[in-house]
Amino acid sequence: MAKMFLSNFILGAADPLIDWELFWSSIGPMVEGGIRNTIPLTLFSFTFGLILALLTALARLSGNKVLSGIARVYVSAIRGTPLLVQLFIVFFGLPDLGITLDPFPSAVIAFSLNVGAYASEIVRASILSVPKGQWEAGYTIGMTYPQTLRRIILPQATRVSIPPLSNSFISLVKDTSLASQILVVELFRKSQEIAARTYDFLQLYITAAILYWIVCFVLSLVQDRIEKKLDRYVAK
Amino acid sequence: MQIQVQNLHKSFGELNVLRGIDLEVPKGNVVAIIGPSGSGKTTFLRCLNALEMPNQGLFEFSDGFSLDFSKYPKKNEILKLRRKSGMVFQSYNLFPHKTALENVMEGPVIVQKLNKEEVRARAVSLLEKVGLGEKMDLYPHQLSGGQQQRVGIARALAIEPELMLFDEPTSALDPELVGEVLSVMKELAREGQTMVVVTHELKFAEDVADHVMFIDGGVVVEQGPPKEILKAPKEARTKQFLDRVLNPS
Repeated sequence: MAKMFLSNFILGAADPLIDWELFWSSIGPMVEGGIRNTIPLTLFSFTFGLILALLTALARLSGNKVLSGIARVYVSAIRGTPLLVQLFIVFFGLPDLGITLDPFPSAVIAFSLNVGAYASEIVRASILSVPKGQWEAGYTIGMTYPQTLRRIILPQATRVSIPPLSNSFISLVKDTSLASQILVVELFRKSQEIAARTYDFLQLYITAAILYWIVCFVLSLVQDRIEKKLDRYVAK
Repeated sequence: MQIQVQNLHKSFGELNVLRGIDLEVPKGNVVAIIGPSGSGKTTFLRCLNALEMPNQGLFEFSDGFSLDFSKYPKKNEILKLRRKSGMVFQSYNLFPHKTALENVMEGPVIVQKLNKEEVRARAVSLLEKVGLGEKMDLYPHQLSGGQQQRVGIARALAIEPELMLFDEPTSALDPELVGEVLSVMKELAREGQTMVVVTHELKFAEDVADHVMFIDGGVVVEQGPPKEILKAPKEARTKQFLDRVLNPS
């Protein structure tokens, strides 16, 4: 029975589960969609998102009630609404206000705002994890707040934040598939387009899934290397 | 006077920790501050560096710089005050992501924007002075407590402060490591470094200090030359404290 399944469906005898011809003709466009859209979308959104996260975290940590209030509302609004809805608001909703953006920039804006809110909590916790004495040591050698933050606190906070931020990054890679819904021709949308023509849904979507998996696997290897590098100054 | 402080007050909410403390430190003098825990002595030292912001108090330095805390000081005044003094912490607070040498170079390079090569040469000689010339490329976690504290002293000295502040610098150390830190401090005193030291080491205070202040309940209870305060105190509270420190059981 198992043998029959193997020969008939997997290796492709009667009604092959893997259509190799389709595989080779579909993987090219999907990888292309990944390289042209999924990866740039991830990188831009994560970069802007991190900047936003740092500013939001600093606003939350500042004694300023107005700034920290704004930051709180922003984080709450983004965390309390679905990412897909946020994408739709930017792409389909903003034109009602006369702001019409292309799919790609719309996606970058929505994903950056999303990453910014979630990562701000990671950044805030990481900054708080650095002992208060480190701030004081910076101040006593005459450093200003920005100098102490940049040279003393953030390098230490970075080490703490790498594992959770890697999670955010890997989530983002996968979340970019939602951009297919606002016409960004990224990896998943390519697979949808081909599936709509060929009706080979299972094969195409599994191929897409495996491509995402490969990217995320490589990223987790990168994470390991960064963690090892940053651990050099920590007692083991 | 290297520094003169008048009528320093500090409260945390309802709690008045410091209630009018005066301090005068002549150039090259060592002032030791002793007192029971909770007396406010550490808070007082931290106020000298504006790590705690005094609610009131007038600071005057020998070069004419003065700071009146009855109104909240400006940022650049606080920076100026901090650059006049170097702080050594009980828990060292070295930068763990920087080597001993980088710890010492950080202030002069980043704050004073001095030439990196010249700073390096001076940082190396400072580390040699505290006996750590061999260890300068190690990270803090690779050093013993006593070695870390000596790096802490070198880091504070690197900005060439007029005044060195020590906050119980040996309290976190294993007993056998206390001596190496105290001997560095004695050497500094001999060289004429102006110092204010909060300490439990009465022997050190007796040997090195020019002046001893006993603080309790946020006020100076008694002060004077170490021999008077430590050997023949007048106030009952001072006697009681010394008795408890000298005869712990």
